[in-house]
Amino acid sequence: MESHEEKPIIYTMENKPIVTCAGDQNLFTGLYGLLSQQLPREPMEWRRSYGRAPKMIHLEANFVQFKEELLPKEGNKALLTFPFLHIYWTDCCDTETYKASVKEDMQRWQGALRLHGSTDWLVVVVESDGKKKNKTNILPRTSILDKIRNDFCNKQSDRCVALLDPLKDSSRSQESWNSFLTKLRTLLLMSFTKNLGRFEDDMRTLREKRTEPGWSFCDYFMVQEELAFVFEMLQQYEDALVQYDELDALFTQYVLNFGAGDGANWLGSFCQPVRAWSGLLLRRPIDMEKREVIQRGEASLLDLRSYLFSRQCTLLIFLQRPWEVTQRALDLLHTCVQELRLLEVSVLQGALDCWVFLSCLEVLHRIEGCCDRSQLEANFSHTVGLWTYATEKLKSLGYMCGLVSENGPSSEELNRTVDLLAGLGTEKPETDDMTLIIPYKKLKEALSSVEAFEKHYLGDPQMAQTFLQDALKSYTAEGWSLPITHTRKQIAECQKQLQKTEDYLQTSALLASDANLSDEERKHFCQEILTFASQASEGKDQCMALSMTAFAQLRELQFHPSAATVHIGAALQLELRLCSLMPVPVHLEQLVCTVHYSEIRPAPAGSQRRPALSPDGTVTFPATSPSRGAAPGPAAPALELQEIQDRSPSDNALNSTGVVCKNVHLLMRINDNPASLDPPSAAASAITVEDGAEMLKANDVTLLPGNNSIVFSAPVSDLKAGSYTLRQLCATVGQVQFVLPHIYPIVQYDVYSQDPQLTVEPLTGCSCSAKSLLAGLPQRVKFTILTGNYTVKKGDALQLSNSDSMPILHSSACSACILTSTGGVRASVSIQSSEKVTSISLPQTPPYHTLEFQLEVLCHIPSAPARAESERLTNGEVRHRPKNRTRYNSGMASIDQKVSVDCPWSIYSTLISLTFYTPFKAQHSLLSAGKRKYIQVCLRNVSDTNFRLANQTLADHQCTPSLQLLSLNAKTHQLVYSKQCVYSLWEVKWATEPPSCLQCVFTASFSPADAPDTALKPYRYEFQIERAEIQPAVGEQHCHAGALCRLEVSITRVMDPSEAEREDEEYTESEGLRTTKLMYEVVDNSSNWAVCGKSSGLVSMPVAAMATHKVQMEVMPLFAGKLPFPSIKVSKYLAHSAPPTTQPEADSCLENDNLSLLDKGLEDQGDTASLRSRGSVHSLGSGEQQQRGPPMPRLESFSPGQVFNCSMARQVLVLPSTDDHVLEVNVT
Amino acid sequence: MSVITADLRNYPLYIRSVPTQNELKFHYTVHTSLDVVEEKVSAVGKALPDQRELYLGLLYPTEDYKVYGYVTNSKVKFVIVVDSSNTSLRDNEIRSMFRKLHSSFTDVMCNPFYNPGDTIQSKSFDSIVSAMMVQSS
Repeated sequence: MESHEEKPIIYTMENKPIVTCAGDQNLFTGLYGLLSQQLPREPMEWRRSYGRAPKMIHLEANFVQFKEELLPKEGNKALLTFPFLHIYWTDCCDTETYKASVKEDMQRWQGALRLHGSTDWLVVVVESDGKKKNKTNILPRTSILDKIRNDFCNKQSDRCVALLDPLKDSSRSQESWNSFLTKLRTLLLMSFTKNLGRFEDDMRTLREKRTEPGWSFCDYFMVQEELAFVFEMLQQYEDALVQYDELDALFTQYVLNFGAGDGANWLGSFCQPVRAWSGLLLRRPIDMEKREVIQRGEASLLDLRSYLFSRQCTLLIFLQRPWEVTQRALDLLHTCVQELRLLEVSVLQGALDCWVFLSCLEVLHRIEGCCDRSQLEANFSHTVGLWTYATEKLKSLGYMCGLVSENGPSSEELNRTVDLLAGLGTEKPETDDMTLIIPYKKLKEALSSVEAFEKHYLGDPQMAQTFLQDALKSYTAEGWSLPITHTRKQIAECQKQLQKTEDYLQTSALLASDANLSDEERKHFCQEILTFASQASEGKDQCMALSMTAFAQLRELQFHPSAATVHIGAALQLELRLCSLMPVPVHLEQLVCTVHYSEIRPAPAGSQRRPALSPDGTVTFPATSPSRGAAPGPAAPALELQEIQDRSPSDNALNSTGVVCKNVHLLMRINDNPASLDPPSAAASAITVEDGAEMLKANDVTLLPGNNSIVFSAPVSDLKAGSYTLRQLCATVGQVQFVLPHIYPIVQYDVYSQDPQLTVEPLTGCSCSAKSLLAGLPQRVKFTILTGNYTVKKGDALQLSNSDSMPILHSSACSACILTSTGGVRASVSIQSSEKVTSISLPQTPPYHTLEFQLEVLCHIPSAPARAESERLTNGEVRHRPKNRTRYNSGMASIDQKVSVDCPWSIYSTLISLTFYTPFKAQHSLLSAGKRKYIQVCLRNVSDTNFRLANQTLADHQCTPSLQLLSLNAKTHQLVYSKQCVYSLWEVKWATEPPSCLQCVFTASFSPADAPDTALKPYRYEFQIERAEIQPAVGEQHCHAGALCRLEVSITRVMDPSEAEREDEEYTESEGLRTTKLMYEVVDNSSNWAVCGKSSGLVSMPVAAMATHKVQMEVMPLFAGKLPFPSIKVSKYLAHSAPPTTQPEADSCLENDNLSLLDKGLEDQGDTASLRSRGSVHSLGSGEQQQRGPPMPRLESFSPGQVFNCSMARQVLVLPSTDDHVLEVNVT
Repeated sequence: MSVITADLRNYPLYIRSVPTQNELKFHYTVHTSLDVVEEKVSAVGKALPDQRELYLGLLYPTEDYKVYGYVTNSKVKFVIVVDSSNTSLRDNEIRSMFRKLHSSFTDVMCNPFYNPGDTIQSKSFDSIVSAMMVQSS
């Protein structure tokens, strides 16, 4: 390459390291092609200083003819023009020539090199066979080489190489050629290492001086860039990029420091006002214009940044990392804006926006230039930031220059536009390249006219709407209210432009109800709807159906009556609470609620079918926010959790336990499919107005902002019986209908048709008898007739069959009351009575009314005690209880009276049962005083009423003449209070012999104590007394040792059964006898007694206080004298399969579960001590073999203090004869 | 500066920003940043969750703000937006702010009366955020 230019061109990076060639030029020219082609063929490893990783590098070189000017002068730091190696070529092969010319020439060459301190040189001696043949003077060829080595390379013999006939194709010459190339590469690398190392050291020194006052960043920049160039030249782009990144970081740091108050002098040049904002220029590898400006130290911040970035961009593209360019570009643009702000550089308003916009487009353009379409599409994520940024800037420019205002730009804004256009810089040298100026053209065009701007910025409203809808969907799904509002506003704008009236109105409704907007904005959107509603009426006649959710919300529905169930013909009112979301009052021409009728007959007490209905007839609707759509939080169904336990099938042991969510499918669905939360606007298109025949209407309603109450009257009178479901709610405003397509939760009301009903019940609230009927007294009974669908006509009557024991008293004129749900009317009933039948004529009553009247009846007390209670005390108490266990727990005898009623609406008789209770209970006893006998009658008032008692008499049934009954009672009236007794006493006198049998009748008269004027009613009690012979028991006086004597063990229950035991009452009643099994055991530890026969046994203790059980057994005293009584052990006998015992539950649980045993034990005994003893059950069972197992009975001892031993420490005198005594043990 | 907490469905649980006048822009910025968070999380998603660094660093810069992100293991996202002129807040400060937020958020979640998914109204959470805002301004 002989045509070497004086100044290397570095516009293109086709530079290669320079290698100079001196000596025989012709020789080199012949070899040049081969050399430059072969040199890069094999890579060399480049080992580097500072621990940098070694690199394989393909060396290339630019071979130029040696000239002294090429050698760098002192202080010249240029690296690109630096010759890294000097080669001297010669093919001299005879000594004479060498001595004559070559040596001299080489000496001159060496001298020049030495003068410039260059030590990187090489002498190449080319030997060719052809040349050798011509020359006759034969010297060994090594001798020239040796001579040169001798003369020039004192120590570095490797600086001189021989090249053997390189143009010949022989293996020898090939070998020599290869070794020459290797040498050349090695030397080149050595030179690089040495020279670059020196350069870097110098550079570092320069950098360390940066705190000195005269230091200039621009100078340093040039130095380090030189290094970058060299790396780039060596195709070490990574290293080159590092140099620029270092420069970038250094500069950034300086700016930051400046911001922190530490300003460097050289920064002054970067603080000059920005005059040009032509954007980045990335097409040329090196922007020499900018570089020169930097070199001169006149660069503005934007210049420096632009240049730096263009270099980085070039290198990154070499490195095939275009996406890093976009990333860095965004950073750069942000940084520049920041830095200009930080340095307080004055910039024309909008200039930066221009710069950023142009730069974005330039970067994008550059990237597009080096990638194909598919690559670009795959990497949109990298470019989107730049596009966005550019759009933003264009938009702000548009606002700034008045391009988006409706009146066009003002003069001030026009001036600004002109200024901005000026700063773009029109003169571009590369105007021939059309692609280059596209960003400029675009911006200029956009800024120049309103229409063009709109075209460039706004784009197509149709497309915009689609995008905005997508955005809205995502904001709605994620619940971001502010962006939702803003996006909706934009959508409204698009829809208005596109004249999508329906969508626009729907969006307007949403916006009018949006609390994020100001009142004015909301009113504006509301007005849009109202205007449309009023104007369109003459034009199109079809209605515009919009979703109601945005307009108003149904908050509550209330039914009057609250059950939402009415019979045919009754009035039903429906009160609607609508919350209007509009900012202004809206007049509704009509509000219609569509109703769906189904014939399914409602269950009479149908409230359980309507879970949404609260007891006061209100249905509350969940509040939804229209602007947010369905908020995911509250809309999600609540977790339904259930505990599960996994038990092993063999022993029922707990394997695992956990909590399961039962409605996972519901919850998960919401997560997976956020699209199901459609924004109301999307659903609006699907709104269809149902045309139901049934509807509830309200006309001319004005909805005020906030809550409104609207009352509908359901026209039930002409409706069929059945179920009515509310389906839709539709509000009409002019041509606009707001429709609530579904009312959910489901709201229904029922209309029913009912058969007439008759009920008869004791009159409540009467003073004398509170809740139940008392026999023997006139009682009021209430007849209630629900007419249902039956109309009571004139002459309709109830026919009551008479019974002797319960006459109907109809002395007074009977008044009736006809009731509706609203009020009542008085009427009268007339009663005629014949022998068999009492006929009650009913007043005329319309359907679905209630007819009430009262009758007085009297139930005679039967003469024989109907179900007298008998008590036996020997073996326990037998207790008969009234069949109906009312609160008259004391046991009133009851009498059931049945009345058959014939109703006019039915061919069947109605049988009515009335239960009367006998208010008294009588008991008699025979008392003796010496030889005198008395009969005492105890009359117990078991009712709740106080009675006056008179004329107690006792008479002998048989009228035995010899017998005289002498009353010892008060003559006056006596009061018997509720639950109290009155005792009457008669002395029985007889003339000769007392009768063996005495049949007596006790009679008394009574009347309620608080109604003294009422007639006294009789009460009768018959009883019989028999005389019996009583044989005194024959017994011996003393015990005799060695002889059998009787031991009577008497066990007495001291206390009533505890509350827990009472629980079993119902159960044991079926047995008639309620008992507890006890086990007793006679134990004699001191060998005083011998028990004959069974020493232990079971007794059944009646569950009643003072119940006593006596057991006779035989014992034999073994000694005479005063012996202590044999001790008796008493324990509870728990028969496993014996339910009547008091502890059946405790027992059955015992085997399975110790925990439940604990609880039961506490319940049973109220004493944990009993538990302790359960463990030692076996030892207690001496008489019977106890085995642990579910079906076996067991013993349970009483806890201390529960058993009182009467005979404890008592002694008995034993004579040598038998004795008989009683031993008592009391048991609780 | 603005602090935002969003749950795994990007539903905002807590939004607070000073100054308040440009709230809409904040909301947009943050909502966009949540996408970046998801992108970053899915990029490192292959790593085991307990080895994952919760702090995501600078999500993306804008001309005016720096947006930082943080994701808990339950995919609750925290985003802090700082004015880009604020150079005093380094990565470490932001990181510790996120940690504080996270621990306070954990306290909120431990409150039995807090319904997961509801917006956070905890006073203590509020005060933590306020303190951070005072410190950073």
